[in-house]
Amino acid sequence: MKKTKASLAVLLSTSLLFGCSQEKEEVKPADKNAKETSASASALDDVSSEYREYAIGEIEEFVKATEEFTTAVTSGDIEKAKEVYAPARMHYERAEPIAEVFGDLDPKIDARKGDVKDEEWGGYHRIEMGLWEENTTKGYEEYANQLMSDVNLLRAKVETVEVTPDLLITGAVDLLNEVSTSKVTGEEDRYSHTDLYDFVANVEGAEKIYELLTPALKEKDEKLVTEIQQRFDDVYSLLEKHKEGNGYTSYTDLKESEVKELSQAIDALAEPLSQIGIVTEES
Amino acid sequence: MKENTPNDETSLFTKKVSRRNMLKTAGVGGVGVVIGASGFGGLLNLSDSKANGQTNDVVPFYGANQAGITTEAQDNLYFAALEVTTDNKSDLIQLFKDWTEAAAQMTAGKLVGEASLNTSMPPKDTGEAKELSPSNLTITFGVGPTLFTKNGKDRFGLKSKKPAELKDLPKFPLDALEDSWSGGDICIQACADDLQVAFHAVRNLVRIGRGKTIIHWAQTGFQRTKQADSQKTTPRNLFGFKDGTANPDKKNSSEMNEHVWVKAGDGPDWLVGGSYMVVRRIQMYIEVWDRTILKEQENTFGRHRDSGAPLGMKNEFDKVDLEAKDKNGNRIIPEDSHMSLSRGDGKAKILRRPYSYADGMDPKTGSLNAGLLFICYQRNPSKQFVPIQERLAKNDKLNEYIIHRGSAVFACLPGVKKGGYIGESLFR
Ligand code: HEM
Repeated sequence: MKKTKASLAVLLSTSLLFGCSQEKEEVKPADKNAKETSASASALDDVSSEYREYAIGEIEEFVKATEEFTTAVTSGDIEKAKEVYAPARMHYERAEPIAEVFGDLDPKIDARKGDVKDEEWGGYHRIEMGLWEENTTKGYEEYANQLMSDVNLLRAKVETVEVTPDLLITGAVDLLNEVSTSKVTGEEDRYSHTDLYDFVANVEGAEKIYELLTPALKEKDEKLVTEIQQRFDDVYSLLEKHKEGNGYTSYTDLKESEVKELSQAIDALAEPLSQIGIVTEES
Repeated sequence: MKENTPNDETSLFTKKVSRRNMLKTAGVGGVGVVIGASGFGGLLNLSDSKANGQTNDVVPFYGANQAGITTEAQDNLYFAALEVTTDNKSDLIQLFKDWTEAAAQMTAGKLVGEASLNTSMPPKDTGEAKELSPSNLTITFGVGPTLFTKNGKDRFGLKSKKPAELKDLPKFPLDALEDSWSGGDICIQACADDLQVAFHAVRNLVRIGRGKTIIHWAQTGFQRTKQADSQKTTPRNLFGFKDGTANPDKKNSSEMNEHVWVKAGDGPDWLVGGSYMVVRRIQMYIEVWDRTILKEQENTFGRHRDSGAPLGMKNEFDKVDLEAKDKNGNRIIPEDSHMSLSRGDGKAKILRRPYSYADGMDPKTGSLNAGLLFICYQRNPSKQFVPIQERLAKNDKLNEYIIHRGSAVFACLPGVKKGGYIGESLFR
């Protein structure tokens, strides 16, 4: 869950709820200086709409996977629920730059214990606690139903998001910042310890943005592209070591030195990735 | 530190404006007028590092030797030992080139890189030293034995250039070294009269190295500030004793040539003009020391606490006579005192440049976690640091109150001329 953007996003989505639904939401850059230039603007607009398609696709997958997850919970199939929990969340984590725009839904779906008041706490992590800590689905049916309806609402709202180049540029690094501040510390999935799934999904989400921007980036700075690619490869080859079956090892099985290694690889990637704003410059 | 800041001049926003370009154009004159009163006034100061009245707090970066060795110790230290993660030699060389450029800028009181007006990118310089004076910043680079060979592997084809003297220190009695505080492929010693300036330097260098290097360990250090001691007397360490009294004279170049700078014939030529740095992170048992009676404290060092004078003498710089006896025929300066043992026959000398550290509380014991980041420079560790430390480790009275937790050796590279880069002689 993202805390920092909540206020802006809440504002956006309340205006939506109050009947502006025919208007497209726009994520405006905070700084008036932050406008991109005309030369590359149209190319960037294309990239933005391609990204929008990708993100919506992920959210659609997320809806399906959440259906599977919540059905397992309501029907008391605890094994099934545990099995689909982490892979389902990956779709959400990939599309996080878009999903988190809805500051009212993001906490409902993805808040961790302590992020919101206890009596308001629901969503994935609440059910995660039931499944792994209490080893039960009993008493969690309501949370499952609520989660499903929140995710459906997210799907409906996501249509209205307009992706700006700015959202893309900050989104890629934001995804990695998410990894640095919560996934790599094991604080995201503190009951299931499936943090590495979220980790991978965030990295994949960032990679998607990078891929879409690559042609534009290449024109500005070939070396930067090679460097970023190399660093993605480094991160993936580290992650490779922690694969287990179709998924990833439990966070608790990582050694301290392995966590540090992962964290430093993300820093090494995020530094050059933070330069992608160069695409907004006139050549 | 100064730069031209992005402002509301939106017509300029889309253009890439570098500080260098601005300087050039401003110099032409006409363009400056076009820019007009748009807030680029600060620009006029760019080439003038004396702009804020600080005329004498720049230590020259270029020279035959690196600064930060015989430089009068500044108030603060930020030290980082790095590991190199790239295995590409040309990446490594490029890194030293980039570091040299950034270090030259920062030590001159300038910001790193060229200011860009593109708000869709993070600023080149991290910003916390803006407006701050150069603060006598020095940045000193060294290379450790593991840059040459690690686990038996010749990492960058430099093995044949590795000096025999650049190797791990022998194990000394009482050593309690921890890997997490020992070694390193590269070291960066940043010293300045302002901790924020020193931190800024290391932070930006580490940022430039991201993806090629990682931090292995890092330590801040301090001494009393010059404001707090306007007389500039010898600084005291955390045991309350003046520390640095018997150091060789940094201003005496023949003494420095004899004890500190590597000479032709000492080893490989690439290190001539460089110096070996030995670092020991030494924890000091503050609480234990505090309950030690004064006489014992003074016998431990062999000096009086308040004056810093050798025991039995009046003034700090009075002549030391280790043999001097009292009326009962006993030595006045105990044989197992820190001074007696570290001085020995007085032939092997090192240039000490230590800083105190205080890192909060030791979570295990609840005591203050403090000590000395002991840094010293020399021509030849096995003839200088090693025999001294061997004597100390065996008998020093001080050992009751300290414990060595970390250790590293680096060959500090020779100085650099404008247009060259730090490490050039090694990589060439
Ligand atoms: C926490 C550890 C240490 C403390 C608190 C400490 C403190 C002192 C003090 C107070 C003096 C006397 C004043 C002066 O001449 O500077 C001194 C001298 C000296 N220390 Fe240390 N020291 C420490 C560790 C070391 C180590 C590890 C070495 C080297 C192996 C060393 C080498 C020397 C030398 C060479 C002198 C000068 C002796 C002379 O020629 O009079 N010290 N130290």
